[in-house]
Amino acid sequence: MKLKTMLLGAAALLALAPQAYAERGADGNVNVLYWQAVSGMNPYLSSGTKDVEAASLVLEPLAGFDEKGDVFARLAAEIPTVENGGVAADFTSITWKLKPDLKWSDGSPVTSADVKFSHDYCTAPEGGCAQGGRFEGIASVETPDAATIIVKFKAAKPNPYQAFVGSTSPIIQKAQFEKCLGAAASTCNDQNTKPIGTGPFMVADFKVNDVVSLAANPNYRDPAKPAFATMTLKGGGDAAAAARAVMETGEVDYAWNTQINPDLQTQMKAGGKGVFVNAFGTLVERIEMNMTDPSSALPEGERSTVKHPHPILSDIKVRTALSMAIDRNLLVAVGYGEAARPTCNLVPAPAIYASDNTGCIAQNIDGAKALLAEAGWKDSDGDSILDKDGKKLSLLYQSSVNPVRQDFQALVKGWWNSIGVEVELKAIDASVFFGGDAGSPDTFQKFYADVEMYANNFDGTDPEPYLAGYLCNKIPSPANQWQGENVNRFCDPAYDAMVAELGKTQDPAKRGEISKKLNDMLTKDSMVIVPLADRGRLSAHSNTLAGVILNVWDSELWNAADWSRVK
Amino acid sequence: MLTYILRRLLIAIPTLLVISLVIFLIVDFAPGSPASEIPLTISPEVRAKILEAMGVNQPVMVRYGLWLKQFFYVEPLIFYDYLFGTMHAEGLQRIISYQTRGPVFNLIVERIPQTMIVIGTAYLVGILIAVPIGMYSAYRQYSWFDQIGTFIAMVGYSVPTFFTGVLLIVIFAVHLQWFPSIYDTTLMVTDWASFLKQVKQMVLPVMVLGLFNAAEISRYMRASTLENLNLDYVRTARAKGLGEKTVVLKHVLRNSLIPVVTVIAIGIPTIFGGAIITEQVFKINGIGAGLINAIHANDLPMIQTLTFIFAFLIVTFNLIADILYGLLDPRIRYE
Repeated sequence: MKLKTMLLGAAALLALAPQAYAERGADGNVNVLYWQAVSGMNPYLSSGTKDVEAASLVLEPLAGFDEKGDVFARLAAEIPTVENGGVAADFTSITWKLKPDLKWSDGSPVTSADVKFSHDYCTAPEGGCAQGGRFEGIASVETPDAATIIVKFKAAKPNPYQAFVGSTSPIIQKAQFEKCLGAAASTCNDQNTKPIGTGPFMVADFKVNDVVSLAANPNYRDPAKPAFATMTLKGGGDAAAAARAVMETGEVDYAWNTQINPDLQTQMKAGGKGVFVNAFGTLVERIEMNMTDPSSALPEGERSTVKHPHPILSDIKVRTALSMAIDRNLLVAVGYGEAARPTCNLVPAPAIYASDNTGCIAQNIDGAKALLAEAGWKDSDGDSILDKDGKKLSLLYQSSVNPVRQDFQALVKGWWNSIGVEVELKAIDASVFFGGDAGSPDTFQKFYADVEMYANNFDGTDPEPYLAGYLCNKIPSPANQWQGENVNRFCDPAYDAMVAELGKTQDPAKRGEISKKLNDMLTKDSMVIVPLADRGRLSAHSNTLAGVILNVWDSELWNAADWSRVK
Repeated sequence: MLTYILRRLLIAIPTLLVISLVIFLIVDFAPGSPASEIPLTISPEVRAKILEAMGVNQPVMVRYGLWLKQFFYVEPLIFYDYLFGTMHAEGLQRIISYQTRGPVFNLIVERIPQTMIVIGTAYLVGILIAVPIGMYSAYRQYSWFDQIGTFIAMVGYSVPTFFTGVLLIVIFAVHLQWFPSIYDTTLMVTDWASFLKQVKQMVLPVMVLGLFNAAEISRYMRASTLENLNLDYVRTARAKGLGEKTVVLKHVLRNSLIPVVTVIAIGIPTIFGGAIITEQVFKINGIGAGLINAIHANDLPMIQTLTFIFAFLIVTFNLIADILYGLLDPRIRYE
């Protein structure tokens, strides 16, 4: 009976959906809750996900990513490819054409000058543009006519879909931002909070770190959209309160990132007013092994540097044993429920780049013990902690303060203890751990510990820059103020050579193959990075809101134009 | 009196400067960095450029000097321009928040009204409850009324607002559904219906804070009244044959209010300071919530500016309280 009702409901929903967005603004107001409040509407200045996603309702790029990670045209007439001649055969330039008759929300036409200006804005010196990475390697942006943009690269760029693609590099209006270049960027408060855009909505009122009131854009290119006349984007509270507001009280139609523990998820579902939606991207919670010696006995400036290899973790057998002892299924069940799945990969998606590596998922305590014995570790003094040459197998395991991470730390500590490894846990405030302050001993880059745990992902769908973070020259050290992505101090000339090859390879299938190899070199072949869980996005929407498709490759609000009210 | 005020004002200047320096250094030396708010997907090079544009990496004394200039020169000039429509501050760098990359004072101006309305009302309600309760408790010392009043005051003063706030939400918002639990900051009061809505959403936060304020002030009022009731002038008034009403409400009330008024004056800065916890609990976008957000994000300019404004208000209202005391009580003379 219940199934039948549900099916009937779904059928009714489908039948109603096309009518629902027949007319712009017909569905009144929609309430969206971002528990991290929005502090700005200009993604070039605020890099926070909340700010980028809020801005994506107003500002649009030439092309975006859909829920499968494929590029689709937004302001562009079509996606330039080598086949249609839009991308030069040698990948040194890309030619974009704007859709005809595009208008800004103030009624003025969108031209190629606006696109070129967006590039100039982000690359202006002293502007501190947060999305500078998207515009790297560009030699020039040319505008032969009002609808054509040619981006020329300094060298062949196998992935030309970076600048002006995705919600992190949208087109801003030249007329509005002209006076805000470079150091003047942060003086333009009105522009940064109420940008004029081409998206389905426009900012009616902005209260910093509180509420963004939006109204349907009268000049949006699809005259029938958006279905909602207004949107209220409220901020504040926490993930649990946000989930409650959708699932239990029904005050809110859509809540972003309702990452709560599995028990609470079940409890909230009983409220019956909404549903959780999840999707998996590239965010991987992992344990990173320090390949260098973090011992405090070493002089400052030599701790955790390549000068001193790690006395215990330099042995791959120890690293493998540590990974084997972990039960990833249990970790996921305890910490994330539906919002994550166990993984052995650093690059878990998109499918073309994801290795078929699943060997780590089954826990093997006995195997781990055998491996340690093989490596020469044994308990010679009977204190149930292994030792070798008078040195105990003792590790300092650090992470940031976060309830799930502390649960993980405790569980992993238990398993490692059971194979004879002594573990000391340390939790550091996130603002310090991720703060990158060269003067602090507790940053994840400085890595004054043996192993550490955090999550990281990459922007967009191309893992190349992410994998290039593990080059020998990206190792944080006193010489570069401890900046650099290669926190493990992993250094393998074969890896470096392969990354260089990836940079030269254009064929997608070939790129996928190399990426998988690189992923394997860091994970199953060397166990320098021990992935634990592939963390998805978990958001909640009300039963009365139709059209939500969760997208982890771009802004979560990417298709807000298609949202409508179930009638 | 005038020389006294002048002297106090002159002393206040170095005091405030020292306070501002101490706040700046404490906030600066605290661990944590605004860089932790930047996602890890952003490369170290771009990250360094962002931080440079914020001015985070400059030496602490340079940043302090800049802040002094901005706070005491640029921002007042902006205000002057705003009042008279002039353009003197054109092109001058304002105090910019790390978090929003916008001027700190915009956020303050946006948030002051909510804080003043909610916390101010709570303070007023607190006073209105506290004064009569305190007086009556003293007049009928050790009566049932006094005992209950003392108990409630103790509870109100010692139970934290994050407990009373959530308790009231559970009772009145979740179970009874009389009042909303989330303060709607976009609500505009235009007619009766919206005014009623505004009153409704203010009831819970005002109750929480009002109870806390009333508890404190009623204790002062009770103590002060008790002291006065036993004095000679009260006996004289009664001996003259004046009615109890006149004795208590005219003679005793006025004299007992003197110390209480100064306590109230000293407490006024807390209205501007907002109530960090209460604002968080009810999601009111006031100054207190703004401060705690800034602390989470290591937004030094915002923390520095807000805390300094509080320090300034506290120094000012202390001075006002001293002057008021002199005015209300002719026996006090400042020479």
